[in-house]
Amino acid sequence: MGRAKLPRKSTSIDMTAMCDVAFLLLSFFILTTKFKPAEAIAVTIPKSVAAKVAPTKDIVEVIIDKDGKVFLQLDDESIKETIANTLNSTKGLNMNVKAFKVAQFFGAPFAGMASYLQLPEDQRKGNLLPGIPVKDSSNNELTTWMSAVVNAYQGKKPNFLVKGDNIAKYPAFKAVITAFKKNDILKFQMVTSPEGIPVGTDLWKKTQTGEKREE
Amino acid sequence: MAEMDTSSGGGHKKGPGVKKGKKLSTRVDLTPMVDLGFLLITFFIFTTTMSQATAMKLNLPKDADKPEDQNKAKQSGVITVLLGKDNNVFYYEGELETNAANFKSSNFHDIRDVLMKKKNSVRELKDYVVIIKPSDECTYKNLIDILDEMTITVSTRYALVDILDIETKLIQMSEASATNTSN
Repeated sequence: MGRAKLPRKSTSIDMTAMCDVAFLLLSFFILTTKFKPAEAIAVTIPKSVAAKVAPTKDIVEVIIDKDGKVFLQLDDESIKETIANTLNSTKGLNMNVKAFKVAQFFGAPFAGMASYLQLPEDQRKGNLLPGIPVKDSSNNELTTWMSAVVNAYQGKKPNFLVKGDNIAKYPAFKAVITAFKKNDILKFQMVTSPEGIPVGTDLWKKTQTGEKREE
Repeated sequence: MAEMDTSSGGGHKKGPGVKKGKKLSTRVDLTPMVDLGFLLITFFIFTTTMSQATAMKLNLPKDADKPEDQNKAKQSGVITVLLGKDNNVFYYEGELETNAANFKSSNFHDIRDVLMKKKNSVRELKDYVVIIKPSDECTYKNLIDILDEMTITVSTRYALVDILDIETKLIQMSEASATNTSN
């Protein structure tokens, strides 16, 4: 049988193109990665189908941890200063304004705020702190906090966020919304992690037809 | 691409008698580099969470003190969903009967069908109102789940209402009987 002999070809391929692609992808992933900052309060947030990205600026965030303890987090330092001064004068708390300004979150009853601020930052861990007392409906301290926040923002609208843990009990959340309501904060957002829309539901049909979702 | 042009200098001729250095190949084996590249890529792919936290909006109504200011809802279109402990869900349509005959038990999986059925059975869509009554035993996750269910079933009219004592008792009773039968 006379079979035509194929010329032998080299098996080594030029890897350059592949190398280029690999490093292009690598640089993309390196640049898009944001490492999560270590959080002092461990909160596992629930999932929802909400698609709107949570705001990151001008936030007033109320955190409810798994034991139902409530913490308050603010991002604007000048606002924090105003709040510290207001609380110092109205409640006579004698807080260190400077320490208040740099504190990441607040979670102590008013009576313990001054000593709370004396703690070094790395010792303020969610499970050791008392949290802002909210359970007692006659003395819901979050109401006072919220009115100080609303006053400090002077008509500007900050983004009110509630970040709750999966297993936090409802009364804590109810106390938070009561504090909100008392200060006429009727619009707020709840931080969740995204989840796919279940197939076959009304919302799914709506998105299939290209209708815009109201948020 | 990977090799460099070694014959640079545009044909620079060396004088006679000058020994030519042996030309070495500049081709590098890129395979290990590619390996390393892909290794790092896989690492970053697995560690990256592309998802950012999302936010769910909730608008509260202002508390109406006087009963005549409160919103009225047609009984036929109302479904009340109660959240108990351990992810239990209970519901009743319309008003709670005195013997609690229409008080039914459900769970987070089935409640969607219940809501859909109710939504499709009401004569006018604007009459369809869901009342959510979380008990003190339910968790924050339960509440988010049920609010999410409102979004999923496109129930635009819903309200968060405080639970009544009788309803708390009913929940406790049916939860107790459920554990008894399962034991």
